[in-house]
Amino acid sequence: MLQINGLKASIDGKSILNGIDLTVPQGEVHAIMGPNGSGKSTLSYVLSGREGYEVDGGTANFDGQDILAMEPEERAAAGLFLAFQYPVELPGVNNANFLRTALNAQRRARGEAELDAVQFLKLARAEAKRLSMPDDMLKRNVNVGFSGGEKKRNEVLQMALLRPKLAILDETDSGLDIDALKIVADGVNALRGPTFSALVITHYQRLLDHIVPDRVHILAQGRIVKSGGPELAHALEAGGYAAFIPEAA
Amino acid sequence: MSIAPSGPLAALKAAADSFVADYQARKTTLPGDSHVRAESAALLAANGLPGPREEAWRYTALRPFAEAQFKPTAKAEPSAALLARLPHVEATRLVFVDGRFHSELSGVPAGFRVTTGEPAYGTLARPAAEKLVALNTMLAEDGAAIHVPANTDAGTVLLASLATGAAVGFHPRHHIVLEPGAQLTLLDVTIGDGEYLHNPVLTFEVAAGATVTHLRTQDEGAGAFHLSTVYAEVAEGGTYDSFALILGAKLARMEVHARLAGPNAAAHLNAAQLLGASQHADFTTIVRHDAPNTASRQTVKNVLTGRSRGVFQGKIEVARVAQKTDGYQMNQALLLSANAEMDSKPQLEIYADDVKCSHGATVGALDADQLFYLRSRGVPEAEARAILVRAFLSEALDPISHEGARAAMEAAIAAWWAKGGRVQT
Repeated sequence: MLQINGLKASIDGKSILNGIDLTVPQGEVHAIMGPNGSGKSTLSYVLSGREGYEVDGGTANFDGQDILAMEPEERAAAGLFLAFQYPVELPGVNNANFLRTALNAQRRARGEAELDAVQFLKLARAEAKRLSMPDDMLKRNVNVGFSGGEKKRNEVLQMALLRPKLAILDETDSGLDIDALKIVADGVNALRGPTFSALVITHYQRLLDHIVPDRVHILAQGRIVKSGGPELAHALEAGGYAAFIPEAA
Repeated sequence: MSIAPSGPLAALKAAADSFVADYQARKTTLPGDSHVRAESAALLAANGLPGPREEAWRYTALRPFAEAQFKPTAKAEPSAALLARLPHVEATRLVFVDGRFHSELSGVPAGFRVTTGEPAYGTLARPAAEKLVALNTMLAEDGAAIHVPANTDAGTVLLASLATGAAVGFHPRHHIVLEPGAQLTLLDVTIGDGEYLHNPVLTFEVAAGATVTHLRTQDEGAGAFHLSTVYAEVAEGGTYDSFALILGAKLARMEVHARLAGPNAAAHLNAAQLLGASQHADFTTIVRHDAPNTASRQTVKNVLTGRSRGVFQGKIEVARVAQKTDGYQMNQALLLSANAEMDSKPQLEIYADDVKCSHGATVGALDADQLFYLRSRGVPEAEARAILVRAFLSEALDPISHEGARAAMEAAIAAWWAKGGRVQT
């Protein structure tokens, strides 16, 4: 599903990713763990196409396509979804309209029929209910006045509606209490199946108790320094990152 | 050998002289109060047109207007395309074509009075203070006098000015009176094609407890000059509630003078200016609080593309007696191109000591994080930009309670965006 080879990227001339090799097969959930500054968020932004990041080398192939050559909206329509660490507030944009616009833009790009307001609201209400989101979150402006937990639930709601082939969850656990964490994890787990892959980026092992990954990768200084099964997360929790980080030259 | 004067001042002088000469040639045939007209002709001959050295005209130069030529109007028929641009709302229609009342396109008012066929001068305008108002008064040929009796809801009136672009100059003069407790929603739509001068003056007398909602759409021709002046005088507990959508003209100046004359009177002067290409539009407001417990609200949003230039000048004057005044003014501009320019001049003159007045101004570009967030969800860039521009305008648009007018304005904004508002060069 996702195949990254030797990916190097920089921002303002400063190298952040120094040759990432990573493969996420279809239907699998992989976790990327790493300390602050290791390049976790940069990796998610480079894959989703945010401006300001320079790709200096390597390739990223998503579902048979060179995604680094695509516009952000094309990547989304191809089935890539980024759950933001800091979801963006859109004052003056109604959440339900936003969700419907996004869903229909993707359906249009894929040559599928668009949903009308009634069809959409029925779908959105059902998904919101599953995430224990009050109905009024659909009526409010996108993320405006939302608590940290509500913002993250809104990200998961978008993911549930957009049904991506690959979701990148960028520190979705940050700022969540344990109840909100469970709701978010349940939302992700509900999507798991043979056609859904995910890259769960997190600083802590806690989230991985609820979203159990097939593989865990440790990112440090812009490289994957270690890969293993779910037990790797527990080893990290016990021993910290120090054991996995190469000594600075 | 004499040297002919040149430069902007000479052009303005020549234009004023030309307008006065037109008046002299036609004065015996112009309808209405010839005395008021003659006074304004003398004022215009003596004072001329607003020039670049006047503080109130610092950001808007009338030279392009002074250098253009305008013919007197004749009876004209609007094209079907022009008529189709009128909002589709339930309303009493008062249609003016090239400044002349067109009875076949207009409706009959029920429960209130409308008089047309001559300028409705009223008594609120100040031709001695505002030079363009002297020009209007001197050459006005037609207008609507709307009179809403006490405690009467006149419903919605569509006051439409259609310009056929025949290089004419017209100076409509409308006067609207609301007696105590009366209500009126006035949809004031000025649209046209091509080149012309539209220099209307509207005066509103809002008596105690009366409310007028003045919803304006200015979408004039690409070569047109729109120079309008509004005076509103609001008595105790009355409200002048206005919103202006400003899309059109080559050069536009819309000046509003609102005076809160009685306690608990209120004025809302909201606007959205959406400009592109090399358009210039100036929204200038003067709100005078002359009684205690009066409130004014101004939310003015500007979206500028191309090489356009937007101007907002907002003056709030609070008289010594106007204690407990609540004045709010916010002007925000979104620049979608590097060559667009916004000039913002707030002015507060406060002579009372117990007031709440605030003002603010911001100028910025579209937010890159918001744009990326939308695109990352699959929304194409052009659509994402349109969504954010519409969101930027919402604070000014959302308070419009008239559904039909708001829908028509939304459609006009969408059309503006589709026809090239999104051009960024």
